[in-house]
Amino acid sequence: MFQALLFYAFSGLLLAAALGVIFSRNPVHAIMFLVAAFFQSAVLWLLAEAEFLAIILVLVYVGAVMVLFLFVVMMLDINVEQARSGLSRYAPLGLIITGLMIVELIQVIRFRSEGQVLQGFAVNPENYNNTEALGAVLYTEHVYAFEIASVILLLAIVAAITLTMRKRPGLKVQDIAMQVAVDPKDRVRIIKMESES
Amino acid sequence: MLSASAEIFLVIMICIVLVVDLFVNDKDRKVTFWLSFGTLIATAALVMNNTPEAREFIFDGSYVNDPLAGLLKIASISMVGVGFIYSRHYLIKNNLMKGEFFLLSLFGLLGILIMISANSLLIMYLGLETLSLSLYALVAFDRNSSIAAESAMKYFILGAIASGSLLYGISWIYGMTGSLEFNEIALAIAENPSLNSLPLWFGMAFVVVGIAFKFGAVPFHMWLPDVYQGAKTPVTLFIATAPKLAAFALIYRVLVDGLGGVHDAWQGTILIISLLSLVLGNVVAIAQTNIKRMLGYSAIGHVGFIFAGIFTGTQIGYAAALFYSLTYVIMAAGAFGVLIALSDEGDADQLDDLKGLSQRNPWLAVIMLFVMLGMAGIPPWVGFFAKLDVINAVIDSGFTGFAVLMVLSSVIGAFYYLRVIWYMYFEQAPKSKAIIINKDLGAVISINGILILALGLFPGALMQLCINVIN
Repeated sequence: MFQALLFYAFSGLLLAAALGVIFSRNPVHAIMFLVAAFFQSAVLWLLAEAEFLAIILVLVYVGAVMVLFLFVVMMLDINVEQARSGLSRYAPLGLIITGLMIVELIQVIRFRSEGQVLQGFAVNPENYNNTEALGAVLYTEHVYAFEIASVILLLAIVAAITLTMRKRPGLKVQDIAMQVAVDPKDRVRIIKMESES
Repeated sequence: MLSASAEIFLVIMICIVLVVDLFVNDKDRKVTFWLSFGTLIATAALVMNNTPEAREFIFDGSYVNDPLAGLLKIASISMVGVGFIYSRHYLIKNNLMKGEFFLLSLFGLLGILIMISANSLLIMYLGLETLSLSLYALVAFDRNSSIAAESAMKYFILGAIASGSLLYGISWIYGMTGSLEFNEIALAIAENPSLNSLPLWFGMAFVVVGIAFKFGAVPFHMWLPDVYQGAKTPVTLFIATAPKLAAFALIYRVLVDGLGGVHDAWQGTILIISLLSLVLGNVVAIAQTNIKRMLGYSAIGHVGFIFAGIFTGTQIGYAAALFYSLTYVIMAAGAFGVLIALSDEGDADQLDDLKGLSQRNPWLAVIMLFVMLGMAGIPPWVGFFAKLDVINAVIDSGFTGFAVLMVLSSVIGAFYYLRVIWYMYFEQAPKSKAIIINKDLGAVISINGILILALGLFPGALMQLCINVIN
């Protein structure tokens, strides 16, 4: 009973935060709402006893991805009015898709819950630890997939640097080595001259 | 572990090449080139030594090693090696000689090897991503070319959608059968025939879409001509050869090893894709004036043949499809090799660039003649036997009408291949400057050309090998 109460409370907050993302006028506020939404979903994971996923969600999404988002939004000068000008044009399409999704969801929920007793999340056995369970298979059963994933990350680095690092003519970049190695004689000319009195 | 030594060695060497290339000051990148080339030879040797007689699984069933994997790996490694030799002087001439070209190619090769030996849907997907990511970067390799950037962008976005479709299908198949490993999926379907129903077919449809996209089969072919045209010719050579073998491994492992039990369910889809590819590829190729684009559409037509072999669902059909893939990549390597050799100032990519080739370099014209006759499927060049075997397999499984259509589309295709020959031998060259090719390129391309004829005169040995590895 208490669990169900928590579930509905956090789900409600999640929905409110999600609406906040869409309706806030300021992009920075929208991101803050998104952070809140991620926190609420992490709590839902915890209720489902998937604590590892909950931690990862907070660490990776809130800790890394959202900060990156924030940087990008602050660096770009987003014109809110311009972004909104397309609203009336895309609204009908958006409404149709939303309507379809709602119909689908109702179908699925009614179809799935027919003859079923609604119940909470499945309870894990005593002393079950899903971080440990994931860790146990990650480096044993799935070691091959894990290593390939690391190779893909290396490849992504190489590919990204290949495509962005290039020498263009006329680029005004400091050459630190040359700056350090500069000889005073090249910069300052000391002239001895008679003082004029 | 010994089974996977080739992949492990390749990863280590990629890291070494990555570091060594930092210290190479040479403009021609001799050290990087020979180190990468040596890596290929050593990897091929490791594959040869570690190919078992029967199937074996390692890494908890993620990795499969069998004679089929050995054959496909050797062929892909040789294709990448041939591509390196063809590309070298072209890259130097066009100021593109950078270590990254070889690095990304080796990464791509690693992805191909992973795909060929994948025994689980997850590994297959990871291998595919390794291959695709390096191909996206390779297509955009020439940063000063806007057409290359455009085609890389198209390839990247469409490729991401295809990967999404593949993953979605994988999740359905996993949900229905409870396993990601191909042999266990096959077992689950065999034990529980009621699985052969709509939810599994639904997932399978998405997987087939992903596979068709990676092959470039109609109606998921839109990226292929643009990428062939937009990429630099050495990159096009790379895309046109080894990844096609990986795509064969992808379709064989997923549809035959994994979902062979529900052959009736996917047969219809493959038939339609094959038919559309045959007709559209060959008809649209006629209208092309850019030879790289024309070869792109011709590739779509050839993919139709490979799909037709898979479609039959018989051992002989799979063997014919394998034979077709192997011989097609040899011919494709020859075709793009000649284009690289022709590229003197800028890319030779128009049909007009081939005009009067017989006067400018008679031997190169002879090799292109072999390639074109081979692709058109005229005996005794190897393409004829490849087509004959596939058509035979299709007739054996009782689809005579389909076989007639295959023959008709080949006849249509013969037109644009013969037009290239007409341009080379019976048209006047706009510039009469003789084409001088480098010795190493000349030697390898001669072997490549002669191989197309030799395999056509004696197709028995390779065909027998294909039948043996499939069984």
